[in-house]
Amino acid sequence: MSSQTKSPETAAARENPARRRRRVDRLPYLLLLPALLIIGVLLLWPLGQVVVMSFYRLNSVRQLRGDREWPWVGFGNYVDILSDPFFLTVLRNTVLFAAANVLLTMVLGTLVGLLLNRLGRKMATFVASCVMLAWATPALTGTIVWKWIFDDTSGLVTWLFNALPDGLSNSLFGRSDWTGYGWFNSPLLFFAILTLVVVWHSFPFIAVSVLAGLKSVPSELHEAARVDGASPWRVFWKITFPLLRPVFGILIVLSTIWDFKVFTQQFVLAGGTQDRPTFMLAIYSYAEAFSPPPKYGLGAAIAVILTLILLVVTGFYVRMVLRQEDES
Amino acid sequence: MKKIALNGAGLLVALFAAFPVYWMISTSLKPSSEIFSATPQPVPTHPTLTHYREILTGNLIPGVSFLDFFLNSALVAVSTVVLSGLVALLAATAVARFRFKLRTSFLIMLLVVQMIPLEALVIPLFLMIQRLGLYNTLPSLILTYLGFSLPFAVWMLRGFVAAVPKELEEAAAIDGASRAQIFRRVLFPLVAPGLVATSIFSFITAWNELIFALTFINDQGSYTLPVAMTFFFGRDDTNWGPVMAASTLFTLPVIIFFLLVQRRMVSGLVAGAVKG
Repeated sequence: MSSQTKSPETAAARENPARRRRRVDRLPYLLLLPALLIIGVLLLWPLGQVVVMSFYRLNSVRQLRGDREWPWVGFGNYVDILSDPFFLTVLRNTVLFAAANVLLTMVLGTLVGLLLNRLGRKMATFVASCVMLAWATPALTGTIVWKWIFDDTSGLVTWLFNALPDGLSNSLFGRSDWTGYGWFNSPLLFFAILTLVVVWHSFPFIAVSVLAGLKSVPSELHEAARVDGASPWRVFWKITFPLLRPVFGILIVLSTIWDFKVFTQQFVLAGGTQDRPTFMLAIYSYAEAFSPPPKYGLGAAIAVILTLILLVVTGFYVRMVLRQEDES
Repeated sequence: MKKIALNGAGLLVALFAAFPVYWMISTSLKPSSEIFSATPQPVPTHPTLTHYREILTGNLIPGVSFLDFFLNSALVAVSTVVLSGLVALLAATAVARFRFKLRTSFLIMLLVVQMIPLEALVIPLFLMIQRLGLYNTLPSLILTYLGFSLPFAVWMLRGFVAAVPKELEEAAAIDGASRAQIFRRVLFPLVAPGLVATSIFSFITAWNELIFALTFINDQGSYTLPVAMTFFFGRDDTNWGPVMAASTLFTLPVIIFFLLVQRRMVSGLVAGAVKG
């Protein structure tokens, strides 16, 4: 029995004359062993464990340490969550936030990608470098800086609004003095700023990926269409988009996954886990589990719900990547 | 005319993207009087290193300085990088150099595992850390980040290993080199640049992580930098000078590393969809 010819990637296996040994080669499995162990123990086992935990009432660290017994509650935690009207608020926040962020990130990222493709070499390098800065900045410090920009006394935005002519400011917003205005107090404004921070962090990846995709597309097609007098809008939807459809598919799925579980930016912007009206699934799960009094079982159940939602999205992603691996 | 419009748009994008980073560094160099003045100055008119001096010499809590947190973070990140690089190289070699039964299953698993929402693993990993008696220790974080960075590291390294021409190894084998020798003398030096790139990603993952560090470490002396920053600056931030100085010191290594490897990131994530 040969392990080589059994491989589904027979095309690759065929051109492999060097290793024509007949016996099953144990070496690859040995090489994989440490990685499999780590992934199994640190990712897959906890993934199963979070499901197990969601069926118990776990309200103290001693239970986690194994000093106290775990009372089984079946689907009790899920019933508690799903029957709480607050869960609907959280779900609505999560879905609307993810939808808005994916849309904005994709539109801005794509536009910047197209722009970078059209700019002259020097200008493109300059803009791309600046865009990279936003991408490279850690979520933590990026958010802290935005928080400073929106500071209610000396922040740049507060100053900007104060600099508006009083009459204009009064007629538009009903106030002219913005010093001390709590930018993060209303949930809607909080989400708007959070969106700004998240889009700022994530549009560079989209832009660079779209640019890379554009570079791989023969430019003659675009030029021909442009010579024929097609508008940029039509060129994009008739030529660029169909050619880059796989790239866009993957980018949308990745963005959706990322925006569904935003945590750091929200945690830092809200200054912890106290701002319940702006909760989304990830921070809701964390707050239930770790804010005193701890409710690990309940938090685990919320985490399972989040995971299930993302599982569906991941299914799409894996199918797309595999299709591309086959094609290339 | 069109060219001007395009360049103008380019400048706007550049401004939006780079401004927060610029503002962070600029604020960190301003004296407090300038930071809290009614009219913000676009550039520091009296640049000063006061805030950096304050951060680097003072103690954030009795007996623990910014530098201690910096070292905690560095220790965690470097340990993660070394372990994950080593394990990933072995696995990547297996996947890129051998055809075996479970190869495709392993690759699919790598993809799926990368999509596990890590936020959902805080609770079960907290349980594991408690049971192992690692609560409040830096190894709890090293272990956690090792798990998080490994799948992407294998995924990325596999491309680098595959890019090394097989003929070189075959020639060495004909010359009588053992498999271990081929690995050490031929494959390893050629994959080294890829290993560096992969390591940087593992480093950034570990360096930036906040939630798990917040949850697994309770003893203030063992805080990593992100936790120390949210804990000491995030709550009641009024003193923006030192906060921005600390943020700059935290961010700069990441930006430098990131710029070195960002191209790999795209090809790693979009895996095959984008050529070039």
